[in-house]
Amino acid sequence: MTYNIYFSLLIMCGTVYLIRLLPLLFLRKPITNKFIRSFLHYVPYVTLAVMTFPAIVTATDNLWSGAAALIVGLIVAWVNGDLFVVAVSCCVTVFLCGLIL
Amino acid sequence: MENSSSIHNNLQNNLPNDPQNNPQSDLPVGMEHPHPHGRRAWALKGLRDGIPICMGYFAVSFALGIEARNVGLTAFQSFLMSTGMVASAGEFAALLLIASQAGVFEMVSTCLIVNLRYFLMSCSLSQKLSSKTHLIHRFGTAYCITDEIFGLSSAVPGYLQPFYTYAITIVSVAGWSGGTVLGVLVGNILPQAAVNALSVSLYGMFLAIIIPPAKENPFIGGLVAVSMAVSWLFGVLPLTSGISSGFKVIILTLLLAGAAAAIKPVPDFENDPEYLESEDPDL
Repeated sequence: MTYNIYFSLLIMCGTVYLIRLLPLLFLRKPITNKFIRSFLHYVPYVTLAVMTFPAIVTATDNLWSGAAALIVGLIVAWVNGDLFVVAVSCCVTVFLCGLIL
Repeated sequence: MENSSSIHNNLQNNLPNDPQNNPQSDLPVGMEHPHPHGRRAWALKGLRDGIPICMGYFAVSFALGIEARNVGLTAFQSFLMSTGMVASAGEFAALLLIASQAGVFEMVSTCLIVNLRYFLMSCSLSQKLSSKTHLIHRFGTAYCITDEIFGLSSAVPGYLQPFYTYAITIVSVAGWSGGTVLGVLVGNILPQAAVNALSVSLYGMFLAIIIPPAKENPFIGGLVAVSMAVSWLFGVLPLTSGISSGFKVIILTLLLAGAAAAIKPVPDFENDPEYLESEDPDL
């Protein structure tokens, strides 16, 4: 049997979709357990923080430009907080660092 | 999220409040309808919020496309993969599996492990959907759960209006799939400086989601700081540095969000003013 890429893609896309779907489908009522509810409330903060640092520093091919992007991002997010503004500030910082370094 | 003040403020700046139509205008200042009304306003906001995700995705998926070409996928096949999966680490793993001609069991189990964090996110997001939200939107929002879109959707005050998530997803997946296809077709046409700059877009966005609530709520601020510190330690310590980033996210989320919930449980959902005032997206 020849290896079928479309079949593999179908299997894997289906698996990933089910992982995302099942909790949404089965947790349809508000969870009453205070601990679990609190846990789920804190999930996004921890997840995003863990994914951001130290990954942002090593995302570019120069540690300094990544670190600069982190610092600028922290400051702009603190002062302004607008998603688009913060994201663009980080990109511009890395681009400018690339010109200097 | 109880403290997504930046998003509140933005919306207040962008969309005028109408006190006449506000049934709860006797609420204290700052509590009266800080977010858009109806699916149209939410969808428009979603289209705008999707732009930074689109940019970041483009850079990441461009690299993915180059990898897909190396494995031997056509532009169309890689388009199907990116549109069907919408997962960065997950798709890199998928390419490895295809390259090694893995069997079904291996494909399913690897996909489960690499994408397990979406399971947690889906659990968390299930609480953001009103129980009155039509079942079809659970199938719809399930497709949209990526790190970034989940982050934005859970930062919404009160219940989530699914059309906000859909709008973000349309813009983001356009960048994601487009980037993958371009990566296959034109390989290394994008200058390295541009790829570098785009690659921090997603992280900038994460900061914009977590820093404003951290600024308002010292406990969340501490949680964010501890999460970042432990995340760094995890990568440095010899015992844990071998663990893949996907697993790192899962382990630390379970540990730290669990600890946070034990230390400071959130107030009752039913009495949360944010949920009481948020319009029920009855669809």
